[in-house]
Amino acid sequence: MSTATLLSVTVNGEQRRIAAGATIAAMLRDLGIDPARVAVERNLAIVPKSTLEQVPVEDGDRFEIVHFVGGG
Amino acid sequence: MSDNWQVAGRSFTSRLIVGTGKYKGFEENAAAVQASGAEIVTVAVRRVNVSDPKQPMLTDFIDPKEYTYLPNTAGCFTGDEAVRTLRLAREAGGWTLVKLEVLGEAKTLYPDMRETLRATETLAKEGFEPMVYCVDDPIAAKQLEEAGAVAIMPLGAPIGSGLGIQNRVTIRLIVEGAGVPVLVDAGVGTASDAAVAMELGCDGVLMNTAIAEAKDPVMMARAMKAAVEAGRLAYLAGRMPKRRYADPSSPLAGLI
Repeated sequence: MSTATLLSVTVNGEQRRIAAGATIAAMLRDLGIDPARVAVERNLAIVPKSTLEQVPVEDGDRFEIVHFVGGG
Repeated sequence: MSDNWQVAGRSFTSRLIVGTGKYKGFEENAAAVQASGAEIVTVAVRRVNVSDPKQPMLTDFIDPKEYTYLPNTAGCFTGDEAVRTLRLAREAGGWTLVKLEVLGEAKTLYPDMRETLRATETLAKEGFEPMVYCVDDPIAAKQLEEAGAVAIMPLGAPIGSGLGIQNRVTIRLIVEGAGVPVLVDAGVGTASDAAVAMELGCDGVLMNTAIAEAKDPVMMARAMKAAVEAGRLAYLAGRMPKRRYADPSSPLAGLI
C-alpha cells in the first residue's frame, strides 16, 4: 500500500495512520474500540453516534475518543 | 411512608449519591455501590486508552441501566472545558442530567464560581439539566438556580478532605432559600457528617472518598445509607428544642 492511500490523524493526542476511505466507526473498530461504547469528538465538534458509520475520516482530523470511568 | 425526592422530573428513593473513584478495583466499587443503596452514581469522562482498549470498563461492573450515571466535569478548570466534557458525556450516555464542577485551584479544589455560573447558563441553554457543585454561599446558590441549575450542591468541606460540614449555618440558609434540591457534595468523612447534612434539611448527600478510602468501604457504604436515612427521619420528625440546663425525664411527683 502506498502512503498516498493513508491518512494522518490524531487520536487522543497520538498520531495514527488510517486507510483512506474509512469511516469513523471503521477506524474505531480497527483500533479495537466498540463504537457503541464511546463518544467521539472530531475537530472539537461532537460526532453523533448515529452517524459514526457514515462519516469518513479525513486527513488531519483530530479525534477525542472518550468513555466513562470511575470518578467522584 | 414514601419519601421520594425529585430532580429534573426524575424521582428517586435513595438520598445518597455515591462516586465511583478511588476504589481498589471494580468489584469492590460495585459492592460498595450496592451496599450504599444509591440509585445515582457519579462518573468521570476520560480518554479511551487507545494503546490498550480492551481493559475492563466501569460499565461492565456498574450497569448504566440499573444505576443513573451522573457524568461529572472533575478536573475542569474553565467553564468551556466543562461544557465540552459534558457534551461528550451526553453523546456517550444520551442523557442530560449532569454534574457541573468548575474548579478554581488544585490545592483546595474550591469551585471557580464565576466560571461555574457561566457554564451553568450555557448548559441550560443547550438543554442540559446541571446539578451544580458550588461554594456554601446562599447568594451564589440563588444565582445558580436562576441560571438553570436543577440542584444546588454546596461543599461541606474541601473535596476529599473528610472534615465534615464546616458551616451548618450557610448550608441551612441555602436549604431555606432554594427552590430546587440541595445536596451536600464533598467534605463528608464519616456517617455522622452525612446525618448532619440531612438533619439540616438537605435533600441528599453526595460522597466518594468517605466510602472509598474507609478501611472497609462496603461496611462504610452501609453506614452511610443508615446515616442518610437516620438524618432524614430526624429532620422530618422535628428535633426537640435545645435547653441550657437539665430537664429530668422521670416524674418529680411520687418520689419516696
